[in-house]
Amino acid sequence: MKKIDVEICFGTTCFVLGGSHLQELENSLDNDLKEKINIIPQNCLGLCKNENYSQAPYVKVNGQIIDRATIEKVINKIKCEINE
Amino acid sequence: MSNIKLTSNLNKQVLVKIIQAFDSDDFPRSTYQIPFKMRPKHSDPLYRCCIHKERAAIRERVIAGLGFSVAEDDHEKLLSQYAVDALERNELAGEVLTAIDTACKGCVPVRIHVTDMCQGCVAQSCVASCKFKAIKIENSKAVIDTDLCKNCGKCISACSYSAIARLRVPCEEVCPVKAISKNDLGVVEIDFERCISCGSCVSGCPFGAIHERSQLIDILQAIKSDTPVVAMIAPALGGQFPEPVGKLATALTRAGFTHVVEAAEGADLTILHEAEEFIERSKEGEPFMTTSCCAAYRELITKLVPELEKYVSDTPTPMHYTARIAKDRFPDCITVFVGPCVAKRKEGLQDPYVDYVMSIEEMGALFVAKHIELSECEDYEFSVPSSTEAREFAITGGVSHAVGTAAPENANITPFCIDGLDKKAIALLKSFAGKGVCNQGNLIEVMACQGGCVGGSSILNTPKSAEVKIKAYGAKGQSIRRILETV
Repeated sequence: MKKIDVEICFGTTCFVLGGSHLQELENSLDNDLKEKINIIPQNCLGLCKNENYSQAPYVKVNGQIIDRATIEKVINKIKCEINE
Repeated sequence: MSNIKLTSNLNKQVLVKIIQAFDSDDFPRSTYQIPFKMRPKHSDPLYRCCIHKERAAIRERVIAGLGFSVAEDDHEKLLSQYAVDALERNELAGEVLTAIDTACKGCVPVRIHVTDMCQGCVAQSCVASCKFKAIKIENSKAVIDTDLCKNCGKCISACSYSAIARLRVPCEEVCPVKAISKNDLGVVEIDFERCISCGSCVSGCPFGAIHERSQLIDILQAIKSDTPVVAMIAPALGGQFPEPVGKLATALTRAGFTHVVEAAEGADLTILHEAEEFIERSKEGEPFMTTSCCAAYRELITKLVPELEKYVSDTPTPMHYTARIAKDRFPDCITVFVGPCVAKRKEGLQDPYVDYVMSIEEMGALFVAKHIELSECEDYEFSVPSSTEAREFAITGGVSHAVGTAAPENANITPFCIDGLDKKAIALLKSFAGKGVCNQGNLIEVMACQGGCVGGSSILNTPKSAEVKIKAYGAKGQSIRRILETV
């Protein structure tokens, strides 16, 4: 099965508005989930420039945008992707 | 304690809006619009019962963000008028913290509560345990008469089902000096006779109801003027972003600062003087000395534990030395200290060399508002590099390690760290002063925030990640001993 890409934006806007927590994503996953994903840290996904900044921080799971991203939201999305 | 919460995100969003309003064509009008722009017509509330309450809380956050006290707000004055007043004031007088009334009314005063887990058992040990006859059994459940209950908590330990709980008020719980409490109206009040500006309540309140009175507008005006403005960045900043401190310094120049100086440069002087002072004091037979750089600790001594005063180092703080260096190096400049700490804001107001203090959150908001991306910034060349030891001042153990390294080997320094100034730590410090002895060590380092300044109340990065980055930056510097040889 192809691994799920999880791109985390560590651009300045995302990091300031709460993205620093997402560094803990890998530690919050159980081994089963860990094996199924690729965590890709990104400098800036550029999303804050197109939309309202208050939606930051951003994460992309298999290319799908999660705004106001939290570890819980990202894990839920990963689980959705696995079940599809 | 040092978790970065969603409440702090809300604060930062408000600060971003204030900066954007300042940069707009009509600052007063744009400021007035902030609550309505953040919660537009027909939008859904994010945290509260309705958008109107959220707008009211945002309005009060704007008042604090403009530098005013919310306690003095009469609800009638328009935000546009506050904006005008912010432009016209010369200085920020009074206390640095302010409570947001509208945000506060979330939690009930401290009380004991019987939960649904009560089994209505035959033993009725809760009833027996209560000396005040405040518990009765009604319809096979324990019920507390709140008029009689004295919150002693005996029933909590008596219950075999753990069915009785104490409802806590988080700000009261975390305040180490009983300076904060709910008044009869259920709104928080800070007793500034006792408050040591440690910022515990700022991080501890889940509603984000305690705010710093910001000097952002004063700083933005200074940047707009022709006077050179120097940012003095605390060692804790080395760990706040994925990018190194050099890029952060460049980002500050892009935001309008003329020069950037590391407070670690001043910390080098603090280290050297504190090491000398330690040796002198031990020659005079003093049993121990405590460090002096933590401003909340110093405020604690002044206000509540004067008996410790004689054991505190007289050496000035890194912020003070750095501000003097900056005023000397860049004549007629305006100095702005940037750090994670509420108490430094207070110290800054009292230090004639420090013009303004900016929190790390405010700096982050500045980058967001001005669309500054750190990864696109080049490395800044600091005119004087700081030592490894000074760079690690922001981590618990860093200050005492630095002083130990700078002192000669025969100084026999044994450091002891107070990692977080909670109630227990204060009692311990009091006992040292009372007995005139500290068996744990002769150089006591006191950090009000757990983990050191990286655990301050306005941090952006998690303390763990910040520590790793600061140590990596520290490793690239020279030892304080090398600097000693060249002095």
